[in-house]
Amino acid sequence: MSVKRLRGTFKQLLAYRSAVVGLCILCFIVGLSIYAVIAIPYEEAIRAWRLGEDVSINNPRNASPSWINFFLQKKLPETIIMDTLKKESGAKKAIVPSETISAIRIEFPFEFNYDDFPSELNLFFTANYSEKAPYITIDWIKPNGATIRLKEMVVKKTDRYYISIDNELAQKLRLDLSEKVGQEIPYEIPPQLSLFAVEDGSILKPETAQVLKGKYKMVIEGILFEKQSDMDSRLVVYGKVFGLAGTDHLRRDLMIGLLWGAPIAVSFGILASVLISFSQMIIAAVSAWYGKWADMLLQKATEFFMILPFLPILMMIAIFYKLSIWVLLVVVIALSIFGSGVKTYRAMFLQVKELPYIEAAQAYGAGNLRIIFRYMIPKVLPTIIPSLVLSVSSFVFLEAALAILGLGDPVVPTWGKIINDAYTKGALHQGYYYWVLEPSFLLVLTSLGFALLGFALDKIFNPKLSEI
Amino acid sequence: MSEQILLSVRELCKYFELRKGLFAKAGYVKAVDGVSFDLKKGDAVSLVGESGSGKTTLGKTILRLYEPTKGTIIFDGRDITNLGSRQLLEYRRETGLVQQDPYGALPPFMTIRRVLEEPLVIHKIPKAERIKRIYSVLEEVRLTPVEDFIGKYPHMLSGGQQQRLVIARAMILNPKLIVADEPVSMLDASVRIEILTLLKELQKKHGLSVIYITHDLSTTRYFSEWIYIMYAGKIVEKAPTKVLLKNPLHQYSQALLNIIPDPDAENRFKIKDVPPGEPPSLVNPPEGCRFHPRCTYFKDGVCNKKDPEEIEAEKDHFVRCWLYG
Amino acid sequence: MAEHLLEVKDLYTYFKTRKGVVRAVDNVSFTVEKGETLAVIGESGCGKSSLAKSIIRLLPRNVHTYKGEIYLENEDLMKIEENKMNEVRWAKISMVSQAAQNSLNPVIKVGQQVAEPLIIHEGIDKKTALERARKTLSMVGIPEAFAERYPFELSGGMKQRAIIAMALITDPDLIILDEPTSALDVLTQASIMNMLKTIKKKTGKTFMFITHDIAVSSELADKVAVMYAGQIVELASAEEFYNKPLHPYSIKLMASVPTLRTDKKLEFIPGAPPSLIDPPKGCRFAERCPWKFEECRNEPPLFLVDNRSFVKCWLYESKGRS
Repeated sequence: MSVKRLRGTFKQLLAYRSAVVGLCILCFIVGLSIYAVIAIPYEEAIRAWRLGEDVSINNPRNASPSWINFFLQKKLPETIIMDTLKKESGAKKAIVPSETISAIRIEFPFEFNYDDFPSELNLFFTANYSEKAPYITIDWIKPNGATIRLKEMVVKKTDRYYISIDNELAQKLRLDLSEKVGQEIPYEIPPQLSLFAVEDGSILKPETAQVLKGKYKMVIEGILFEKQSDMDSRLVVYGKVFGLAGTDHLRRDLMIGLLWGAPIAVSFGILASVLISFSQMIIAAVSAWYGKWADMLLQKATEFFMILPFLPILMMIAIFYKLSIWVLLVVVIALSIFGSGVKTYRAMFLQVKELPYIEAAQAYGAGNLRIIFRYMIPKVLPTIIPSLVLSVSSFVFLEAALAILGLGDPVVPTWGKIINDAYTKGALHQGYYYWVLEPSFLLVLTSLGFALLGFALDKIFNPKLSEI
Repeated sequence: MSEQILLSVRELCKYFELRKGLFAKAGYVKAVDGVSFDLKKGDAVSLVGESGSGKTTLGKTILRLYEPTKGTIIFDGRDITNLGSRQLLEYRRETGLVQQDPYGALPPFMTIRRVLEEPLVIHKIPKAERIKRIYSVLEEVRLTPVEDFIGKYPHMLSGGQQQRLVIARAMILNPKLIVADEPVSMLDASVRIEILTLLKELQKKHGLSVIYITHDLSTTRYFSEWIYIMYAGKIVEKAPTKVLLKNPLHQYSQALLNIIPDPDAENRFKIKDVPPGEPPSLVNPPEGCRFHPRCTYFKDGVCNKKDPEEIEAEKDHFVRCWLYG
Repeated sequence: MAEHLLEVKDLYTYFKTRKGVVRAVDNVSFTVEKGETLAVIGESGCGKSSLAKSIIRLLPRNVHTYKGEIYLENEDLMKIEENKMNEVRWAKISMVSQAAQNSLNPVIKVGQQVAEPLIIHEGIDKKTALERARKTLSMVGIPEAFAERYPFELSGGMKQRAIIAMALITDPDLIILDEPTSALDVLTQASIMNMLKTIKKKTGKTFMFITHDIAVSSELADKVAVMYAGQIVELASAEEFYNKPLHPYSIKLMASVPTLRTDKKLEFIPGAPPSLIDPPKGCRFAERCPWKFEECRNEPPLFLVDNRSFVKCWLYESKGRS
């Protein structure tokens, strides 16, 4: 098809509002895809997705998207990270050296003015020493002046202190608070609550606990036993919101999955649709043109494949063999090539075969292959383009459906996989609606885009008599 | 004398199989059943007949678009009857086809330039030569200015222009023989003459032989040197055009001539003499002369027993009828 | 007693299409007397089929303009309602459309189909209707036994005769034949024309015979109307027209038709008929006319020539207006 024809078609397309909407949606999705590929290169995305926690340790778990705070009364906290290696974070570190041992003091001052408690509290250490490890004490100072000793510990070369799952600390804090309040706190109050709560009766129920807003400080004091020793620390006060899309159970930024889901979904859908349609078209053309034995054989093969139950077989293969997404694509194509499209196209080709210009081509010496590819297929091609575009949606959904069933690629971040993770981790039970809604929305949006475009193309390429 | 003969057809037959299911045969449609003639270089012959007479099948069999069932076709001294598709390529270069439906004969998705370029590409004409030929052939059929037309698509042309393009395509390989199958019957009356005149001009200019297939006898005067009348798969009369139009010998030819109206106000008062009945089935043609069920000169025992042979009733005037043999 | 059987006055029929408004019938007026056959001659795209459909009011959905007056024996068909028009159709006006042989229902026997208009319009019982169908079939040259056959068992010519029988069976006042023989072989065509001539003579029916073939039109025509680009450019008696056409288009058309019996030089008309979507201003034939002059920039009216023929051409201005 020449450029002029494409431009003409495009102009016709713009006359349909639905097509314009569809094109906008697709531009958006393609825009996402391009952005994904540029901003997060493939290997990095796979790595971040596969390694999960190890890479995203600074992310909160199951955090909602940050923009949700716009709609909420009670503002959910964002993550606060203070790192002695990054002066701008506000961490202060001072080492008082002396001949043999040095004193080290690290301060993490921060303001906490949110309406809800942090989800987690972790401390990370890196220490430099040859034989004797530093020894530290960790203190917590609340805005009301109360100081709490959290822990005393030896710091190894890389060490971490998971404050929020420190049971001893939790118990100690519960008892202390129960005393202050004058009543026993009847539930297992976690440290991230007790360290941040207003110390009054509201703390007796977790739902009514209030955040004590104001300036907090964590003070780490310690001794470095060697002249060359050094220690760095990072405090992460995990929020409950993160980024544009939130995080999943492995702390992975969902944006990676959502962004990368776009090019994967679109390329899977388009590749499957195009390769299958074109293959079916060629098979149908050969079948119709040569007729007789070739026709009979190809049609019998088609009928055989048409009878096979597509999805169950696909599921069986996926159960027995762990399929990567590209192998899945090949399997889908292989199972679909001799599909019902062959019958439809063959009917079209049988008609085209009788057209006078085909006979004329034979008269001036055109060979069989030339007639098939340069005379018959170009005639039929515009007719199949709408169904080609429409079937992209169904392949996008197919891949998602398989992933949701747990049969898809276990490694690559796709929208279906995100939904699968959400489902297996009980997202809806736990109220993590965004985890399900975000990928679903994108799936539906993508399908809608292709569907709108496909229907408009159908109106252009296959005008019905009733429209004048 | 024989160097002047371009096409020589002897006892040519084309039967189509009627099949019941994939394997059972149910008989043959004898579309062309024993046709013989010679066509001289530069001559045009009108092959006249109604639908079912086999004229189109004959034209297409001569072009080897169908495989002959029996008989021989000798073109320019070569026997092309049984050539395989590879060897036919040369033959295809020397022949051209002009079909009835001008729009259908053109691939709607090809520009005029591409339409004309296809035969050249297939026959491996070098690129530089191609554009020259395209221009020259478009000028010959008067689709000018050429630059205006070259980028257009077939649907942008009128019926007459489309047919001129089809003719251009048939001419572009410099053929020796053109088979024109009802080339004007789908065109408006005022355009028909334009196309026929063009064909005639091209024929004279290039010394082409033309087989002009038509059901309309009235155009033959302006076009061909010879008329062959076909009925039920056989040629029943052959004569030079003027001779046949003045003195048709076969009753079928007489009927054809008789019933063709000229615009005349008196026509509405006259009932024409039309042979009763219809053309016979080609699967089971009547025994003997195929026209006998409708012929007023029918002689029992003769006409329904033996198929008449071709007899030269007068010089160059051949007829298949027991009246003359 | 009405003056004319059919009188069409200032008929306009335009259609709405994606490419624009097609002015298929653009101010057409003529009359047809009882027992007369009017031939409407024109090439493809001149609007003659639309004219036929306008008279019988079987117009497609995309009609844009439909105005004028169509009097069938004093009753203006344009003004009556659709359900009344249904009664008029076939009872008073019937039509045989182009390539009608393909419009026979393949699963109903021929006799039954021919009988159908009687059953629908006159409420006649099936037996009587079938009997009349058989008689009508025989009138058009189909043996009565064929009434029991299915359409696929009939040849093309026979199917066309059956369709004509359907158009005749209700004894309508006016029968419109739109290219009734175009798709048929010459012998079959002649045979059917013979049949129509006979029927015309025997029953004195009024016909409107639409065709592109001038020669064939002379087989039936008492009066001739030539259509070009949606308008009638010449209206004359058969004797006048076939002997000496007056309008330049008619002259050139006549000159382009090959004849067997007279020796003449054939001419073709260069160019093509104008599009009905945006017809040129002034005389629509001017750009192809060898005799065009200044005045042709304006649209000529129909001039009455020698008190007999109407010609839409400035060359006849001196003869007086219609």
